[in-house]
Amino acid sequence: MPILTFAMNGHQVSGHDDETLLQIARQHGIHIPTLCHLDGLSDIGACRLCLVEIEGQDKLVAACVTKPQEGMSVHTDTERLQRYRRTIVELLASEGNHQCAVCVVNEHCQLQDLAYAVELQYVRFPYLYPKRTLDATHKDFVMDRNRCVLCSRCIRVCHEVEGAHTWDTAGRSFHCTIMADMDQPWGTAASCTSCGKCVWVCPTGALFEKGQTVAEMEKHRDFLKYIVTARRTGEWIAEEEEGE
Amino acid sequence: MTLEELHQLAEKERGRQQAFTNRVLVCSSTGCIACNSGMTRDGFITAIKEHDLENEIEVVGTGCMGLCALGPLALIEGDGRLYRNVDGSVASAIVARHIVGGEVVDDNMLDTDDPFFASQMKIVLEHCGRIDPGRIEEYIAVGGYSALAKAITEMKPEEVIEEIRKSGLRGRGGAGYPTGLKWDVSRKAPGDQKYVICNGDEGDPGAYMDRNVLESDPHRVLEGMAIAAYAVGANQGYIYTRAEYPLAIERLKVAIKQAEKHGLLGNRIFESHFNFRIDMRIGAGAFVCGEETALLRSIKGRRGRPRPRPPYPSENGLFGAPTVINNVETLANIAPIIDRSGAWFAGIGTPNSTGTKIFALTGKIEHTGLIEVPMGIPLREIIFDIGGGTPDGTEFKAVQTGGPSGGCVPKEHLDLPVDYESLKAVGSMMGSGGMIVMDSDSEMVDVAKFFMEFCVEESCGKCIPCRVGTRHLHLLLEKITRGEATADDVALLEELCIMVKETSLCGLGQSAPNPVLSTLRFFREEYDELLKPVLGYEPSKPEADPS
Repeated sequence: MPILTFAMNGHQVSGHDDETLLQIARQHGIHIPTLCHLDGLSDIGACRLCLVEIEGQDKLVAACVTKPQEGMSVHTDTERLQRYRRTIVELLASEGNHQCAVCVVNEHCQLQDLAYAVELQYVRFPYLYPKRTLDATHKDFVMDRNRCVLCSRCIRVCHEVEGAHTWDTAGRSFHCTIMADMDQPWGTAASCTSCGKCVWVCPTGALFEKGQTVAEMEKHRDFLKYIVTARRTGEWIAEEEEGE
Repeated sequence: MTLEELHQLAEKERGRQQAFTNRVLVCSSTGCIACNSGMTRDGFITAIKEHDLENEIEVVGTGCMGLCALGPLALIEGDGRLYRNVDGSVASAIVARHIVGGEVVDDNMLDTDDPFFASQMKIVLEHCGRIDPGRIEEYIAVGGYSALAKAITEMKPEEVIEEIRKSGLRGRGGAGYPTGLKWDVSRKAPGDQKYVICNGDEGDPGAYMDRNVLESDPHRVLEGMAIAAYAVGANQGYIYTRAEYPLAIERLKVAIKQAEKHGLLGNRIFESHFNFRIDMRIGAGAFVCGEETALLRSIKGRRGRPRPRPPYPSENGLFGAPTVINNVETLANIAPIIDRSGAWFAGIGTPNSTGTKIFALTGKIEHTGLIEVPMGIPLREIIFDIGGGTPDGTEFKAVQTGGPSGGCVPKEHLDLPVDYESLKAVGSMMGSGGMIVMDSDSEMVDVAKFFMEFCVEESCGKCIPCRVGTRHLHLLLEKITRGEATADDVALLEELCIMVKETSLCGLGQSAPNPVLSTLRFFREEYDELLKPVLGYEPSKPEADPS
């Protein structure tokens, strides 16, 4: 497999030609913020937080779905990118009904972490306060769509890893919601195996376990690495993380 | 079918038509049907019966004749007279006075020397309004399927691609990617299974070029697809069109059946080893499905959502196979290029934008309708000569090209040549060919708000900048039109526009802010006029010296 050498933020880095810019950046200790990406799931380039600049190219590209090219020069943290990332988090904050103080994942929330990381101090857009529903019909878990950022990690883990495809998207534009089976109460969705993978991969408090209260729920996502590695190698081990 | 049989069929049909002394062509396209052209047709048939001319005059329902504003239109083929606003009574008057009496019905006559007709150049639309789209024989009689025969029997696939490359044909869907290059990539991409897809998911408000081509000359598109398939090595094609085009769908289905019956689609076309089938796929009403990666998902029966490119469909498309996706108008250009040569086509238009382009003229314009003009023609000529200018003597203000993805072009740029690069340079785009004309009564902020509302509704919701960003852009525009906004809001509007444009995942989001950006560029004063007066502090003026 050919190894390519190129520049990232002015430093020489190298990686395999089938790796993404995001993987290579992480191996070299360069942090690029992400939301829809999760190791072990397919990448869809939807959150646009991992956008990077490539010299000589007008368009910004998503690092999670872009492969390297020999001799290219990538910038991951320019002033423009910082500004756009802050705006993206700002848009997310205005879109849902995010009330950290009463949230079950307060202090363990990836949206909250992102807001700190991009130094979001206030939101310039009006809060949209959408009317969204909460689904507590499942015996173990709750889906609170008010906290959903539509990253689709639950959909992908259910489809790709569990193989149940209970979740999917309904509606479009700002009417998008995550639905179970044919838009029915989660508790009645016949395809759901109650494995809980969706709950663990959810970056926010949109999916959580029943019986947890404010700031109690911490999400452990390591299981995904074990499963993905086991499927590939037949061994129940988590592969060594490079960099990070 | 063999080449010989094709010629025989053409000969037979021409003979059939010549058996009539005259033919009356009545537009039966959506625009004229809406003006009740069915009654017109019945009117002609009844009147002809009354005069006992059934065996001498044939009444034919054709596709679009272009001047939709004055429909229903009818053409007397014998002497080429075109009539407008033909209702049942006018039809019987035309039969009595013109066909029988030999005098012209002045009141409804259209002057075919008018620039609307004279300044046009019809390549794609050459058979539209001249043949019955429901009969393959009529298409074959005007030379149809001879280009396919030529490609298969006389040319190698590489030669076909070379001819298209020489013609300089660029994608008519909006982006303007060279068609020959696209085909070449697909041809060279590894894989036994390849596909050709016709993108007929035309969704821009005010645009109906593709609908009319599909309704008026469906075989032209099928022939283009078959040539494309031969060139890239595909054996299966799909036509993806919107459910909102029932007439186009019906006529395409008929056309596909007829072509299959005559062996022009199916196995061993023209006795060669080339097999090609076409199936229809109907969209469920999402604008974003016109984006090629969303279209591919939609064909598979999945939710129409774009994915990041690369990989491009020409290498990794439908079911992972190399797939050529071309717009309806692009495919309708293929047959004449193969027939007459790429060099001939390259001689039309400008060096970088060759050939002709169809535009749908709508809005505040005298001649609402469908036109085809050579590339590089000045905008002024389209709007004032062909389009007849704005109605009721109002003043022309701007024209929106490219629909919700394009921008407006104000009157100071009226002499701009219409080609891909020039339109881009003024912040608009060619788009698929919608031209919405606005006069001095139009409020540009409202225009921007209208297009933004469209984009908000049509955003698929996958990426954040488009899903939430367009929503806030629309809210900001609403705030401005309510007169509650300040200069800060306009600054925020502009900033968010650029952010959405640069960070969105697909073409929909990337181009959604264009109408706002271009109205800000050319009509900023209209935004400023709507701002809330600033209360409170006013800078003190130096007092007049009392002495």
